[in-house]
Amino acid sequence: MDQVERADALPVRGEIDVVLVRQTVRTWSVQQGFTLVDQTKMVTAASEIARNTVLYGRGGTVRIEALVDGVRKGLRLVFEDQGPGIPDVDLAMRDGYTTGTGLGMGLGGARRLVNEFRIESRPGQGTKVTLTRWK
Amino acid sequence: MTMERIPILRMGNYLLVTIQVDMHDRLAMQLQEDLTTRIAKDQARGVLIDISALDIVDSFIGRMLADIAGMSRVLDAQTVLVGMQPAVAITLVELGLSLPGVRTALDVERGMKLLEQSIDDQTFATRAHEDDGPGGES
Repeated sequence: MDQVERADALPVRGEIDVVLVRQTVRTWSVQQGFTLVDQTKMVTAASEIARNTVLYGRGGTVRIEALVDGVRKGLRLVFEDQGPGIPDVDLAMRDGYTTGTGLGMGLGGARRLVNEFRIESRPGQGTKVTLTRWK
Repeated sequence: MTMERIPILRMGNYLLVTIQVDMHDRLAMQLQEDLTTRIAKDQARGVLIDISALDIVDSFIGRMLADIAGMSRVLDAQTVLVGMQPAVAITLVELGLSLPGVRTALDVERGMKLLEQSIDDQTFATRAHEDDGPGGES
């Protein structure tokens, strides 16, 4: 069972926040001992979901958790917004699908870059995306 | 907030851009706009974009780079992307972006050679076509 060693929270309201989330996730990934490739994957996944939170979720927050599970170290990011929610999550996860002007690679791409990916969304109530990567 | 911009340098027929900051989305859009304007204004034949200082390329920045390559092609200029870090390349492909239509080189020197070559090839192809005389097909 994994334990949260320490945690922090950041606002995700505008595009400057997306940059700050990237930088903070980089710092925490380094502290968790991630390799350069794993750091890059985690930061890139964070960037995709942070942008979605701003563009589609009308802004929200991210909680960053440093995890430990025995000798394993990891990092978990929980993005939450109170936006309009996603009516069809399966469709939204599909590569190339977008309701905006993007490439539609964000959700599916982010899922491929982490070890555990969870998305919960209710129309009218918001979206919660959890990303976890282990060292 | 001050209007930040990524500088675009001119070297003969080429434009050189070195991205050294963690770009927010609007800054990336601004670069795309500035570059296309400059390609037309300076009648540039090639664009070299150095991303060796970028420690991530996500889908937004990836699309911006692909769009720059596409727009410059329409404006009769070639684009070469140089210096992508290996960790960035691995992540980009796993994300699902392989940047089709974007030419890459390991460093600025090789990128410059690639630009020169492709512009020579293009000039040669145009001349060969012109030699067919007026009314030559395709």
